[in-house]
Amino acid sequence: MTRRTRLIVFAVGAIGVGAALIWGTAGAPPFGHYRGPYGDVFNRRAVPERHATNVINAITFDYRGIDTVGEEFILFAAVMGVTVLLRRQRDEATPRRGDGDRPPWRPSDAVRIAALTLLAPAVLLGLYIVAHGTLTPGGGFQGGMILGAAPLLVFLAGRTLLHPRRDPMGPLEFGEGLGAGGFVAIGMVGLIATGAFLENVWPLGRIGSIFSGGMLPFINVAVGLEVGAGLVIALYEFREQTLLRGRG
Amino acid sequence: MIVLEAVVMGLVAFLGLAVVRTHDPLRQVVVLSLFGIGLAALFLFLQAPDVALSEVTVGLAYPVLVLLTLAKIRERER
Amino acid sequence: MLPYLLAAWLFLVGLYGVTTSRNFIHLVMCLSVVQSSTYVLILALGYRVNATAPISKDVPLGTRAVDPVAQSLVLTDIVVGVVVTALLLSLALQIHKRTGTLRPDDLHVMEG
Repeated sequence: MTRRTRLIVFAVGAIGVGAALIWGTAGAPPFGHYRGPYGDVFNRRAVPERHATNVINAITFDYRGIDTVGEEFILFAAVMGVTVLLRRQRDEATPRRGDGDRPPWRPSDAVRIAALTLLAPAVLLGLYIVAHGTLTPGGGFQGGMILGAAPLLVFLAGRTLLHPRRDPMGPLEFGEGLGAGGFVAIGMVGLIATGAFLENVWPLGRIGSIFSGGMLPFINVAVGLEVGAGLVIALYEFREQTLLRGRG
Repeated sequence: MIVLEAVVMGLVAFLGLAVVRTHDPLRQVVVLSLFGIGLAALFLFLQAPDVALSEVTVGLAYPVLVLLTLAKIRERER
Repeated sequence: MLPYLLAAWLFLVGLYGVTTSRNFIHLVMCLSVVQSSTYVLILALGYRVNATAPISKDVPLGTRAVDPVAQSLVLTDIVVGVVVTALLLSLALQIHKRTGTLRPDDLHVMEG
């Protein structure tokens, strides 16, 4: 259909969607007066039951953990999709191995200094956010993305972490599988012990210490590993694309 | 602080429109990063520090992916 | 009422960008605007006036807090959204490799 037809159809659809949205939100409780009992139950009972002060983390990985397992596997499948879609085609080749592993540009001194200076604080921040996920805002997902940014900083500075000839995909894929499988394995422990998947049967610890929350710190680490490795794999595939040259 | 919240919401609405109306992808990436920062500020006003942290860390990986795609496309078109 | 209007506005503006886009990369970024409208809507539904964040470190138990379930949903959603965007971008890249164009209008014929 032409652009004009598409615009007209969109206008009609937009009016319908807008009316439905306004009518729907008019039936919701007025803004600022959240009524529902579900959130209050969690706020009251998460700390005594699980000894975890970050209620959101306890909900994501413990009370509603099965949803998070599903979302984590969406992430896993998306990274796998990126790897499959960007595989080397039959009519593409890397340039000569001599200069093919350095980025085709030379970064300026300011970028190099800034990236290499921020590298250690970024790794430390990522590890901190993953480890303290049960206590303060943070957790596996956010900390994993910050950890995945560390190789990105190295790439921006124009260097490589490992020797350029070595393919980093092996350890990365192992790390990602370990993270995803670790989450399911921890859930299986709960299944074997009490018959409910992801039941928290680990020792709970003192409120406010790092090892509180039972299995929560371990799940945070597993998810952080998986998200970080997945992000680095996706970025690495994209970067490899910029180094390929088409043949003909 | 109702005035501040209204200002932030207006800013987010304006930036959302700006993202759509910028047609060049290279410029749109910059506007999208600004939109992400505005969104993180809005999440802070809605008392959600976890979500704001998530949005800020994601705004790090997103422009890099888009810029790498654009680099590859621009190199092929040369 | 105001954040609900903001969510509806972002949704419609993003959808307008998706339908009238002339470039696949521009389309992917407009899609992320649509996604962010859902985050605003969910968080606005769980907000409570004069309440604090649902983190109870150094805070006496029983203070008024906003809804934590909404934040849990949005938080994983944001991270998964960015990785799915990576998937969409690699699709756009492959389309450019095969057909040499990035305009959605030129791709309406499926050839064998």
